[in-house]
Amino acid sequence: MSQAAAPPAAPASAPPSPLRAWLAGAAEQIGGASLLTVQVFTRGFKRPFSFAPIVYQIEHIGIRSVSIGTLTSLFAGMVLAIQFGYFLEKFGIAYTIGRVLSLSVFRELGPVLTALTVGGRVGSGIAAELGSMQVTEQIDAIRALGADPVRKLVMPRVIAAMICVPIITVFADIVGVGAGAVMAKSNYGISYAAFYHEALGSTKLNDFTSGIFKSVIFGMLIAIVGCYKGFNTRGGTEGVGRATTETVAISAVGVLVADFILTKLLLSL
Amino acid sequence: MSAPASGRILPPLSKGEVRAGPGEDLIVFRDLHKAFGPKVIYAGLDLAIRNRETLTVIGGSGTGKSVLLKCLIGLLPLDRGSIAFDGEELSGRTEEEFLPARRRIGMLFQGAALFDSLDVGANVAYPIREHFPDVGEGELADRVAHKLEMVGLPGIEKMRPADLSGGMKKRVGLARAIAIDPAVVLYDEPTTGLDPINTRRINELIIELNEKLGVTSVVVTHDMQSAYMVSHRIAMLHGKRILACGTTEEMRRSEIPEVKAFMFGMETRER
Repeated sequence: MSQAAAPPAAPASAPPSPLRAWLAGAAEQIGGASLLTVQVFTRGFKRPFSFAPIVYQIEHIGIRSVSIGTLTSLFAGMVLAIQFGYFLEKFGIAYTIGRVLSLSVFRELGPVLTALTVGGRVGSGIAAELGSMQVTEQIDAIRALGADPVRKLVMPRVIAAMICVPIITVFADIVGVGAGAVMAKSNYGISYAAFYHEALGSTKLNDFTSGIFKSVIFGMLIAIVGCYKGFNTRGGTEGVGRATTETVAISAVGVLVADFILTKLLLSL
Repeated sequence: MSAPASGRILPPLSKGEVRAGPGEDLIVFRDLHKAFGPKVIYAGLDLAIRNRETLTVIGGSGTGKSVLLKCLIGLLPLDRGSIAFDGEELSGRTEEEFLPARRRIGMLFQGAALFDSLDVGANVAYPIREHFPDVGEGELADRVAHKLEMVGLPGIEKMRPADLSGGMKKRVGLARAIAIDPAVVLYDEPTTGLDPINTRRINELIIELNEKLGVTSVVVTHDMQSAYMVSHRIAMLHGKRILACGTTEEMRRSEIPEVKAFMFGMETRER
């Protein structure tokens, strides 16, 4: 029977300051999420490739989120039309509601509001599901059984979100502008034809496509944050709850930060 | 080993072959260092596991018993040191480079880690689909049925993991671990949380796999009854390294205070 010598004592070190620890944590999370994004596109599409998990996630993430996305846009469109009309009427240009509303909805409100509402639902769902798998060692099991969790779990969710969020944004755009038209007619007597003429006359294709492009990036961001937080869940069921709430907060802030960067970028092109 | 319900004789998928002869070192941990932040788990751990033996790693909670298995199968990276499997170095390998080793090493996780989204049959078929994508659906079904028969749970392919008891989950987890006929099976707390009957069943399965199929087994547990029943040798993890390693009898007679305390503590509780 063998016996080993006692181990040497570990050296003591001073704990880092709270600000430094927070910055280090934030840098680690941004780095980790960025690395995961790279892995999705470098490892996610290796053969044998199957569309089935993506289709399943589209149904799971997308179709079930259409109602929340369109309902939010419906009320946002109505409120915006009332607010714009209230001020524009004072200047005698209430007929331009269609122009202002469509630009606001297509360029900003549609993509951002959809990303915030759908993102909260989708991101938290992803984080909760993957977090539960993490704390029950199912993700370790996937690796131990010879599969790649990035390919099996992350890639289908990211691609599905990149497909679904823009599609829901299109629905949200249509519903938002449509609801605004109804409010403009009922509150300020703007005919549908006048609203339609103003809306289409001032809105370029670029206004619409820039919003859709943003929503593709938002979809990716939401899914990556959810997957990253899920994969890094620690501390049992309490940890799953923490990962879920952090995902909602981080993805919401991330969407707004990304919106600022993308808006600057797209306007400079 | 019995043939599956269809009567077809199925050759082992992995062949379970290793270059090391019976009794020769198959897995060698050398100078292992591992820490999680400031918490040091190993500081120079050395351990050799022989081909076709059942070695049980014992030790208190939080000493890093499960971490040892996860380092071996590449789920956790080493800070320093090396792990050799059948003469090949495993440390520093990428996920892709680890695949050949994972094809020969199965693992039963502590909570079984069955995939909730799949039924039992798909869970057991999972490693076969991943490692041997050319296996046809008919043969796959036969292999799954055979493994479930081996663990005493025939015909439950369509059940969901949520509908299984703790003991059944562990046995399905074992069926999944041995689905590709690995040379080595790692057991992480295989009997924790089980009633005496299920504990005995799992212990008998570990012994049966070792004796009939020549599977090398590494068991991590703090259940001393199980350790005595299944092990050829026992290694005790203490103070960030292997404190002592020997046959079951040698460990019982050990004069090392920590080993005596661990063994005596367990035996006292048994009475």
